[in-house]
Amino acid sequence: MDNIKDNQGDVWEVFVQSKPGLPHKHAGSLHATDKEMALQNARDLYTRRNEGTCIWVVPSNFIVSSLPEDSESFFDPSDDKIYRHPTHYVMPEGAKHI
Amino acid sequence: MLKKSSTDKNQLFVDYFFVKFGQPNKNIYNNMDEQQKLDAFQAKIDAEIKIEPKDWMPEEYRKHLQRQISQHAHSEVIGMQPEGNWVLRAPSLRAKVVLLAKIQDEAGHGQYLYAAGETLGKSRDEFIEELQTEKAKYSSIFNYPTLTWADMGAVGWLVDGAAIVNQVSLQRTSYGPYARAMVRICKEESFHQRQGYEIIAHMAKGTPEQKAMAQDALNRLWWPSLMMFGPHDADSPNLGNGVKWKIKRETNDELRQKFIDKTVHQAEVIGLTIPDPDLKWNEETGHYDYGKIDWDEFWNVVKGNGPCNKQRLEHHKRAHNNGKWVREAALAYAQKQKAKQMVA
Amino acid sequence: MMTQQDALINYCLRLGDSSLILGQRMAEWCSNGPTLEEDIALTNVSLDLFGQARTMLTYAANLEGKGNTEDDLAYRRSEREYYNTLLSERPNGHFGDTIARNFLHDAFLYHLYTALKNSKDETIAAHAAKSIKEIAYHLRHTGEWVVRLGDGTEESHQKIQQSFDDLWMFTGDLFEMNEVDDILIKAGVAVDLNDIKKNWDSTVNEVLQRATLQRPKDDYMQTGRLQGMHSEYLGHLLTDMQYLQRAYPDATW
Repeated sequence: MDNIKDNQGDVWEVFVQSKPGLPHKHAGSLHATDKEMALQNARDLYTRRNEGTCIWVVPSNFIVSSLPEDSESFFDPSDDKIYRHPTHYVMPEGAKHI
Repeated sequence: MLKKSSTDKNQLFVDYFFVKFGQPNKNIYNNMDEQQKLDAFQAKIDAEIKIEPKDWMPEEYRKHLQRQISQHAHSEVIGMQPEGNWVLRAPSLRAKVVLLAKIQDEAGHGQYLYAAGETLGKSRDEFIEELQTEKAKYSSIFNYPTLTWADMGAVGWLVDGAAIVNQVSLQRTSYGPYARAMVRICKEESFHQRQGYEIIAHMAKGTPEQKAMAQDALNRLWWPSLMMFGPHDADSPNLGNGVKWKIKRETNDELRQKFIDKTVHQAEVIGLTIPDPDLKWNEETGHYDYGKIDWDEFWNVVKGNGPCNKQRLEHHKRAHNNGKWVREAALAYAQKQKAKQMVA
Repeated sequence: MMTQQDALINYCLRLGDSSLILGQRMAEWCSNGPTLEEDIALTNVSLDLFGQARTMLTYAANLEGKGNTEDDLAYRRSEREYYNTLLSERPNGHFGDTIARNFLHDAFLYHLYTALKNSKDETIAAHAAKSIKEIAYHLRHTGEWVVRLGDGTEESHQKIQQSFDDLWMFTGDLFEMNEVDDILIKAGVAVDLNDIKKNWDSTVNEVLQRATLQRPKDDYMQTGRLQGMHSEYLGHLLTDMQYLQRAYPDATW
């Protein structure tokens, strides 16, 4: 392979599950050249203090993100849909377990 | 709230239209002139809304952060060397693993910080190149040598102590990725200062030789530690925007004073003397007054004339160059694997 | 005639010393890794090894019953009183040398500790059960790197092939046995290293093959571990490590 230019490898995002049953949470990112290296680096970087039971790694460029300019059209329309929240509903006095 | 007031519903539709029909980089900020953008940005900062990587930001904010975050990252990485100098000679197995774990954390912190810096559009390779070509700085404290084992105590106690004062404050910095890195770092740092204080406290009540080493380490590292906070506010040109944009939450002098106030007592407890005859409690201000800092020395070390500047950079370059063939091999291997996958 | 107690003490020193010396070697990588991530990985290995060493040296000190601590054994013994594997004291060299050395050693410890989990000595069995988790990870880490370097660039392939060629003569020492082993195998405490060798062979062969590397020919092997015979390198390593304890014998740290 002649076309290799020295660099730190791709950026990967790391998600760590701290306990079984909990969701994987974004912990940070790192550099690696292949998935096994990404997984091992994530283990050494983000779980040195018992922080994890499972790790996900994903190349950063595989993550699709909404953009700041999307935020109004994406998120504001849900502002006035208060009927999606249970507190919106009036329950008869004395009703329990509902 | 900024989000609501900066644009009306009509504008929103126009924005949506352009986003949907492919106008690239369509951004609400595009409809504002430079001053309005700055005002909107400042309003966000003032409302304590964090800035995220894809948000509009003034070019100067980006540059300021790139400089500060990379300098911070380089400091963590170069800071591994003066402590690494004693790992092989640590006097007990416990001391050895504690020190090694601490240096390892510093590598991790460097890594977190480079990652935060990379969200601003510069790669780690570029950051490293800036360090090695001396375009970027690192904390000048690491250009002092660690001469005895007591320095492992003093570095942890004073240097990490000073760093923590700064880092705790930076957890509230306005740039999201930097703030998140700082939260993680502060969580991990909490044992670092204790580790150093434990070493120096133990030596201070040890044999006369040990006690002398402990006092000597304090004498050598006290003033450079105070310099870590940077020049006095009055002589600090970058401070203005840094504070206005809440990149820096407290000024150099405020942070320095905090550090001094909490450290004086810690020295007393272990029977060591801080090498400053002018140090005394000021009833009125509720703080310690302290003597004059030798800024000539500071600027000389910053300029490259410290005892270890060359050594530290050479070390970094050597490790980096020695790793070149390894990184290339890993990249080549990954390419081959990808090619194989394509065929299959 | 050697007692079982003496044999056991020697056995613990072998295990503890190998971890200690290799741990010290790995600590030399601190701030010298090819990437920041790998720097952390290498020192992680070092920390695991020091942890293993402390358990075994503490146990050996307790068995001796002379009031020694882990530190007395680590810091106050001289070259000829060390029983670490010859492989563990080989200098780090370049990254490929370190990876090759550690891979060969990891594969040895992996199969050794897998077997020692069933030791009749409770402390050794518990130590093996705990250590095997760490070693399994070390082996995975070095194994992957052997493959990356072997199947990477032309340069890396040649380099790591040379590393294996150079280190090969120190692998025979891993499997040497003497009276200590005889006594402890009979007692169900230790295991027959001939059995370990078979498993080691298959692990090593498998990874070398994946890495497109040649297994060096078994030729003349250096030995000496069992007699406390070492290379010149060990003395320098101990000089660094023991400096403070030797220079200030009355101090505690």
